[in-house]
Amino acid sequence: MEPILQIKNLTHTYGVGTPFQRSAVEDITFDVYNGEFLGVIGHTGSGKSTLIQHLNGLLKPTSGQILLHGRDIWAEPKKIRDVRFKVGLVFQYPEYQLFEETVYKDIAFGPMNQGKRGEELDRCVREAARLVGVRDDQLEKSPFELSGGQKRRVALAGVMAMEPDVLVLDEPTAGLDPAGRENLMANIRDYHRNKGKTIILVSHSMDEIAQNVDRILVLKNAHVLMSGTPSEVFQQAEKLLAAGLDVPQITRVARALKERGLAIDPAVYTVEALEEQLLALRKGGGAC
Amino acid sequence: MLKDITLGQYFPGNTVAHKLDPRTKILLVVLYIVALFSAKGVVTYAIIAACLAACVRVSNVGIKQLVRGLKPVLFIILFTGILNLFFTPGERYLVEWGILRISDTGLRNAVFMVLRIMLLIMGTFLMTYTTSPISLTDGLERLLNGLKKLRVPVHELAMMMSIALRFIPTLIEETDKIMSAQKARGADFESGNLIQKARALIPILVPLFISAFRRADELATAMECRCYHGGEGRTKLHVLKYERRDYTALTIGAVILIAVIVLARFGL
Amino acid sequence: MSTMIETKELRFLYPAGEDGEPVFALKGVNTAIEKGSFTVILGHNGSGKSTLAKTFNAVLLPSGGKVYVEGMDTLDEKVLLAIRQRVGMVFQNPDNQIVANVVEEDVAFAPENLGVPTEEIRRRVDDALRSVDMYDFVTHAPHLLSGGQKQRIAIAGVIAMEPACIVLDEATAMLDPVGRQEVLSAIRRLNREKGITVVLITHHMNEAEDADRVIVMDEGRVAMDGTPREVFAQIEALRSMGLTAPDTVDLLDRLRQNGVAVPLDALTVEECADAIVKAMAGK
Repeated sequence: MEPILQIKNLTHTYGVGTPFQRSAVEDITFDVYNGEFLGVIGHTGSGKSTLIQHLNGLLKPTSGQILLHGRDIWAEPKKIRDVRFKVGLVFQYPEYQLFEETVYKDIAFGPMNQGKRGEELDRCVREAARLVGVRDDQLEKSPFELSGGQKRRVALAGVMAMEPDVLVLDEPTAGLDPAGRENLMANIRDYHRNKGKTIILVSHSMDEIAQNVDRILVLKNAHVLMSGTPSEVFQQAEKLLAAGLDVPQITRVARALKERGLAIDPAVYTVEALEEQLLALRKGGGAC
Repeated sequence: MLKDITLGQYFPGNTVAHKLDPRTKILLVVLYIVALFSAKGVVTYAIIAACLAACVRVSNVGIKQLVRGLKPVLFIILFTGILNLFFTPGERYLVEWGILRISDTGLRNAVFMVLRIMLLIMGTFLMTYTTSPISLTDGLERLLNGLKKLRVPVHELAMMMSIALRFIPTLIEETDKIMSAQKARGADFESGNLIQKARALIPILVPLFISAFRRADELATAMECRCYHGGEGRTKLHVLKYERRDYTALTIGAVILIAVIVLARFGL
Repeated sequence: MSTMIETKELRFLYPAGEDGEPVFALKGVNTAIEKGSFTVILGHNGSGKSTLAKTFNAVLLPSGGKVYVEGMDTLDEKVLLAIRQRVGMVFQNPDNQIVANVVEEDVAFAPENLGVPTEEIRRRVDDALRSVDMYDFVTHAPHLLSGGQKQRIAIAGVIAMEPACIVLDEATAMLDPVGRQEVLSAIRRLNREKGITVVLITHHMNEAEDADRVIVMDEGRVAMDGTPREVFAQIEALRSMGLTAPDTVDLLDRLRQNGVAVPLDALTVEECADAIVKAMAGK
């Protein structure tokens, strides 16, 4: 697979020369592949937020490089805005950025800044709205009349409408209830499936990450602790737990079963997979 | 740029400057300002500057932080300086360049004016740096207590002020966040003419106002839940009490002020 | 045990909803919270759980029916302060409930309002901060603390009133997992050691695991009420109300449907593993 984003020896230091000097990310190197669904997990303060703000050039590296399609995004600082259209970043609680009179106009803000007009603009706005489940009759409403969950969808559509090559989502489901979380993640999965665009999902929830992504990047104290497919990462559950991070509840059950002598893969992370293994085990009759 | 706004920032510490009663500090600042506006010549300005330096020294606040506070008003300082420099008539002109002339009094005025504004700002900032906003408003409330008889809502004003100060860092952080979010959608705050730049602020100001109202509403509920019902019958965790150091500080302040006024009469 | 809070035919009407129609957020709730208990109220957004919580200390007043706090009617304005002092409330956004720039001043806010003498305020502030494990931050500026720390300051600010009950209105919703754990263990300790009644409103199912009682709200009514085991075993009913059961219960349910004889009420990871091992061995 070819990388779409390459992060090379990225370091970002805040407050250089003050007593508060501190590196939020330090010498981080990894690739993001075209079309993949990448999960980034880590504690608050692990450097996640700082890292993702480098991907679209909101922050400038203290040292190191970000390559988009093989080109350093800071090669021409004047054109950094183009990078922001290619790497769409949705912040935490994005509903607090809504400002226009109508939902339609708000979603159109990004694409308008891109220079889209007329039919193309209309197509982008309507398609993005459809992708996140905003109904046509809601487009002419004020965004402030909508419920919290709907506002968040509108904000998400506002970034999707720029049709970025990479979509970066910072805690998109924070504060939503279980049904709201699941619906929004389903929208995001659909977007990924239909558009084939790269997605980077930042989350605190190991369960949410495990259920959605192809690959996980674990950050700890400004460094990459590990990366790999969910089962590769959960194979090293001890390392995660030692870092104070969680593993999915089902993985914990699987580990407990293994400890109790059942021949179970301790890295399973979905209810379905564990169910399958247990039923197979029972059929085989080889319990204990 | 937003991070340069240091007003209302408090650097906790345990120095004499921190421990003084806030009323003392407010009164000292008043004396300091009176002294500043009485000052006439090199000697008096030097005395005041020396006082400020001594206070800075005692307070443990870095001079860097104090100077950083000047940044947002740099323009005003330069503007007043230049105005004084070029447009003060005098007896002798040092430089003449078309209608722009610098007189000896002009130079003198400009230097003193710039010095005065800088000392004024640094002095008041030193107070806010060493006094928690709460005790500052507390001090003000107590100093102005007499006005309650005139039906001035002193407690309410003090409460409003302390809440405003409490929310400054929160709102600055929020502004930064909203700016980043809009930049991520391609908003451009740098280019364009003045009208375009003003228009570019709408995507920041609208969400900021909405959020400020929401915060105000939630805060009011939270305050009510904690039994807030105005200033009536309120007690205090920290009761203000003048101590010996306060009397000492006020005496020193008063002596210096008198000295400055006297010296200024001689044009020093 | 005696009753801390009681609601009778409680109804609440939001003046005008999205399309200008008044909306009943509560449609006749009858429930009682016992003193010293740890109750979790679950429900999806818009189920009425937050509205219910806000009637518990007269932030919202009933449109119909009654709410009694230790026998005091919340509609009686004369006892308003007494009710607010008995039932403290912690809200969702930690930034919007901290009044002061210094931790100790903020915690002192409520006792100052209540006219508590100065020495007594000092004692209460220190005790409250110790009880949520935040005493080391007594002179810190709250805006520099983490979400979990801010929320514990907010809890200390309520504890300083010496209330009999604390209501946490989605107080963990905005926190990361670490912050959520900090807050949960702080309130569990307050419940166990100080006997403070806790009502926790949340939509995180796993926060309900070791509660004494779970109330599930749906469409402005109490839909379920029982111990966590009793409630979580009803997987289908929970799903139909936009909630999910913990994965452990989901797994047990699937196994049962495939003929494995496991109980449905093994909530925790350890219990769940034990139950599965037992069922597999007994086959």
